[in-house]
Amino acid sequence: MPMTDLRVGTRIPEVRVTPDKYLTVRYAGASGDFNPIHIDEEFARAVGLPGRILHGLWTMAQVARAQTEAAGGPEHLKRLSVQFRGMGLPEQEVVVSGTVREASDGTVVIETVAEQGGNQIIRNAEAEVVR
Amino acid sequence: MAVNTQAVGKTYEPVVYAVGREKIREYARAVGETNPVHLDVQAARDAGYTDVVAPPMFAVVYGAPAVGPPIFDPEIELNFAMMVHGGQEFEWGPLVLAGDEITTTASVKDISERDGRGYYVFESISANQRGEQVCRGTWTNIVRGV
Repeated sequence: MPMTDLRVGTRIPEVRVTPDKYLTVRYAGASGDFNPIHIDEEFARAVGLPGRILHGLWTMAQVARAQTEAAGGPEHLKRLSVQFRGMGLPEQEVVVSGTVREASDGTVVIETVAEQGGNQIIRNAEAEVVR
Repeated sequence: MAVNTQAVGKTYEPVVYAVGREKIREYARAVGETNPVHLDVQAARDAGYTDVVAPPMFAVVYGAPAVGPPIFDPEIELNFAMMVHGGQEFEWGPLVLAGDEITTTASVKDISERDGRGYYVFESISANQRGEQVCRGTWTNIVRGV
């Protein structure tokens, strides 16, 4: 999608991804975040979670990917802020959707959410992309 | 007031991170990037870069080692067992490429309390070997039951 198509009200293409059973292990290695709530089923349950949960920053990376894919490359993404809510789980589809809220000469502001099974796991995400 | 706000403004020792090509590729695969500039050296060169390009969110890889020390700083008394990651913001400058050396300095931006929760906000400033600011991160951690 060329940047010129990002007008107020435009919905950016959705990113849909289903993290497989071992995704959190690969992301732990890739990111360096080995918090056991993400990789150890028994530990996660022992601290009251339903099981291993996704890394919030992995989900934020899916939000970032929705912006860079919509804008045409990583060089366009200048700012991204998110709020984490609830928790994401492996083996369930994550859907990232967003709508252009502001578009001026050089800058586009996109409001985005990431949902899983109808729950918003990232909300109030705001991205600033430049042409 | 149950949270200790004395550390607001404190700055920590800079942490240097050397960005490796295979680390970028490993990270890009883990987050599902398909843009070849993150994965393929020739594609990155064809696009005008000297080597593979780090996805913007790779900021967590070079930034997190600097944010660890404040989280575990005894002066801050942050109860890690009750901590959740509440929010995150990144502001990016020039792209980070394999071969770059990124220096990140973390500081305590704010500590406050609201409705029985402690809000601990840390900032990370990352610069490349040319002194260009490549990322500013704002990390908001929430501690329940302060």
